[in-house]
Amino acid sequence: MSEINITIDGKKIKAKAGQIIVEAARENGVYIPTLCDYEGIKPAGTCRICTVKIGGRNMAACTTPVAEGMMIENDVPELNDFRKAIVEMLFVEGNHMCPVCEKSGNCELQALAYKYTMLAPRFPYLWPQRTVDASFPKILIDRNRCIQCLRCVRGVTTTDGKHIFGLVNRGGKAIISIDPELAKEMTEEMAEKAMELCPVGAILKKEVGYAVPIGMRKYDGKPIGSEYEK
Amino acid sequence: MGRKITIEPVTRVEGHGKVTIQLDPQNNVTDSRLHIVEFRGFERFVQGRPYWEAPVLVQRLCGICPVSHHLAAAKALDVIVGVGPDGLTPTGEKMRRLMHYGQTFQSHALHFFHLVSPDLLFGIDSDPATRNVIGVAMKHPDLAVQGVMMRKFGQEIIRATAGKKIHGTGAIPGGINKNLSIEERDEFLKGADPLNIDKMIAWSQGALDFFKDFHSKNSDMLDNFAAFPSNHLSLVRKDGSLDLYHGVLRAVDSEGKKILDDVDYQDYLQYIGEEVKDWSYMKFPYMKSLGKRDGWYTVGPLARLNTCDFIDTPLAQKEFEAYKAYTNGKPSNASMHMHWARLIETLHAAEKMKDLLNDPDLQGDDRVVKGTKTNEGVGLLEAPRGTLFHHYRINDNDQIEMANLIVSTTNNNEPMNRAVNFVAKQQINGQSEVTEGMLNAVEVAIRAYDPCLSCATHALGKMPLELSLVDVDGNVIDQIRK
Repeated sequence: MSEINITIDGKKIKAKAGQIIVEAARENGVYIPTLCDYEGIKPAGTCRICTVKIGGRNMAACTTPVAEGMMIENDVPELNDFRKAIVEMLFVEGNHMCPVCEKSGNCELQALAYKYTMLAPRFPYLWPQRTVDASFPKILIDRNRCIQCLRCVRGVTTTDGKHIFGLVNRGGKAIISIDPELAKEMTEEMAEKAMELCPVGAILKKEVGYAVPIGMRKYDGKPIGSEYEK
Repeated sequence: MGRKITIEPVTRVEGHGKVTIQLDPQNNVTDSRLHIVEFRGFERFVQGRPYWEAPVLVQRLCGICPVSHHLAAAKALDVIVGVGPDGLTPTGEKMRRLMHYGQTFQSHALHFFHLVSPDLLFGIDSDPATRNVIGVAMKHPDLAVQGVMMRKFGQEIIRATAGKKIHGTGAIPGGINKNLSIEERDEFLKGADPLNIDKMIAWSQGALDFFKDFHSKNSDMLDNFAAFPSNHLSLVRKDGSLDLYHGVLRAVDSEGKKILDDVDYQDYLQYIGEEVKDWSYMKFPYMKSLGKRDGWYTVGPLARLNTCDFIDTPLAQKEFEAYKAYTNGKPSNASMHMHWARLIETLHAAEKMKDLLNDPDLQGDDRVVKGTKTNEGVGLLEAPRGTLFHHYRINDNDQIEMANLIVSTTNNNEPMNRAVNFVAKQQINGQSEVTEGMLNAVEVAIRAYDPCLSCATHALGKMPLELSLVDVDGNVIDQIRK
């Protein structure tokens, strides 16, 4: 595979041809934040938290392939403020009660809020009426916390490839729904994978909450992205 | 023309409340009430949440004793996950007990040193400008440091067992999510002075000795201030020992006659009812066998010493015997003896923590057990302020559909109102002038119960909003209720 030369914030790095910017950056010790992107799942570019600037244009780094000579701006005040605004909007658009959420400490949205020092929201709370659906044997979905990244839709399938999660309705009424028949077939491993794929506390495996003590959770000791940064 | 005195806010208590005292033209008290003017609503908004969330969610009722709610909820959920109150692993139960005794220790220390000591050190009618914790720190710095450090020790125990000093996640249905490392244990057993368990026991004994000395010089006031006959209720261990974490319900009357004994708290609804009155967000619990009028009872440290037969730690047992000798083996009905009982319990909690810290079960890895699930469970424990009831019912989807909490302070609603009335009459009746000191005496009576008013007001939609327009003679001209 041929090598491609790109630059991120002045750092010259080598990427593989066809590689997505986010992936190339991480392989070279540069963290570009993501929420809807997940390794091994086809990117969708829904959340735009990974927005970088290429030749003066804002591009989603999780869907844009590298190109020879690409000059990328990433960790710059303007973009970081955009990212912080996206995080803030996701918070006010749902009902995120971090203090009691069992995903707290393992939540990517919360971790990004810490990373970008979200102190007080600059946007008004919408306090939407959302539902909890716990009618499935192994999982429940708390739509109060859903950010509609579609990771579950793209990443959780039955062994014969059927999608268990889907997006129904449009615009502000769009919600994640679960096929009740397929949900019955979910194994423990599939339920665990669904919970792990969800970047927030919307999809929860039943009856295992708070099993990891405070101090041992994913982001208790180190900020999100630090595992990539060199 | 009569007049109304309002004390608002009641100070040096947790939460917000006010007292109203009605006087006739001769300055005699005709009525007085402790109003709880805030409310929470947790029983309602916990509905629909997954059951395992309850210990973490419901503890947000309070920032002073969240551990009590955390553990009471976890105990109720133990029943729901089929473990039963006695089914935890040794590591699970002992870690929870350590958390609970740490909580009791810090809460009792907070109450005695920060909230009550100003009244004892400076006098009930002393200058309010210095009758506070700052005044204590200025004039008695050693005592103030003890209060702060004892509280810190208890909070560190909570952090080591629950993950955080306030609002942790340690207790989960069927057990605990962490054990205690050797390093954590040694920090408490052999920590640098003063933050080690031996110093905590010594300071607890010292605070108790201070109170006993004060009592010997002021016995008339402490024995008679807000002293009135009351029933007393608490959990006791099956063998009659004081036990703050688990046991069976026992209630005695003002003379020590048993009203309830050996009651499995899963059946509490057969024995305990709650009355709603339209002037307070706080309900009025009562024992059904005695009815609403006579079935009210006191909970908390004094009630616990009045119901239990003995204490299973040596230093606290010695103090318990001295206390019982003073009361001739009878229950004490003196509100101010609550401070005495609270300090005996503080010593007991410190001794218990030491026993637990030396127990190798705390380093065990077998932390959680599960059994056959049921849809309903009740969890009780003795919170610092008294018996705490948590009751949950879940649906087939693992969501909570009913929650009932009877919080320690709620149990003390009627006795606190009686104490207010008692002291108001004692202090104010016939006096030509009502002084700040007289009103502080009313607050002193409330403070003895160490009320936590915020977590006691969890009922939603029970108290009507009432607006009254009253003329100068007290006649109601117009009234709106909704």
